[in-house]
Amino acid sequence: MAATKTFVTIDVQEDYMAAHLFGELDHHSVQPIREEIDRMAAQNHPKELVLDFGGVTFMDSSGIGLVMGRYKLMQELGGTVRLTQLSTSIRRVMQVAGMDKLAKF
Amino acid sequence: MKAINSMRLVFDSRSTNEAFARTTVAAFLCPLDPTMEELMDIKTAVSEAVTNAIVHGYRNTIGKVSISAALYEDNKIVIKIKDSGCGIEDVAKAREPLFTTAPSEERAGLGFALMESLMDKLRVSSKPGKGTTVTMERTIHSRESDHEHRH
Repeated sequence: MAATKTFVTIDVQEDYMAAHLFGELDHHSVQPIREEIDRMAAQNHPKELVLDFGGVTFMDSSGIGLVMGRYKLMQELGGTVRLTQLSTSIRRVMQVAGMDKLAKF
Repeated sequence: MKAINSMRLVFDSRSTNEAFARTTVAAFLCPLDPTMEELMDIKTAVSEAVTNAIVHGYRNTIGKVSISAALYEDNKIVIKIKDSGCGIEDVAKAREPLFTTAPSEERAGLGFALMESLMDKLRVSSKPGKGTTVTMERTIHSRESDHEHRH
């Protein structure tokens, strides 16, 4: 098996947590990202989670699952989710999924 | 109409192959000179169908997924993604947005909805216990065809 690549780096500043995502987001790559974000959120209890898509070169509906799941998590923690740096094609996938009604971006 | 070019790809239903599959289909289409948006739409649709075959078709087993793609003279592409997995009991239900049989894995249930909106045509045929074939079509409006239309 190839070594697992890191597809996310996380910054925490008090109540704010930013997850910078990288590479191609698909069913294969989202699982370690999800686990890392959830682990850091459980430790830090942020009030705002920012998902930064600036480094994402491809995304399918697995990325939507990732956003929906983190939205639920932040609801449980009493916080919000914000999406930043969405490319045109990622925005298209998000809009087809109706994500623009759920999260701020 | 006769295809002017075609290809066939067979691979194991391992999640590492999701990127391989969509990238290979994109590479096959490159001679048509698609726009970046067209290429991303097709890559996304292929990724959805392949992921469905891996996650739902074969569930906890490993089987073969095959992709065949054909190009036609009018810049139409037809892509078939086929598995011999468990099949779909109710295709109409499966195509409904947000319907998923794998919510615990955070599957959004939007695969078919995305394939439908990103492609011109989508056909799903499935037999329980036999497998599923997804056929999708899209016409490429490449820079080259714009050029030809002007002459």
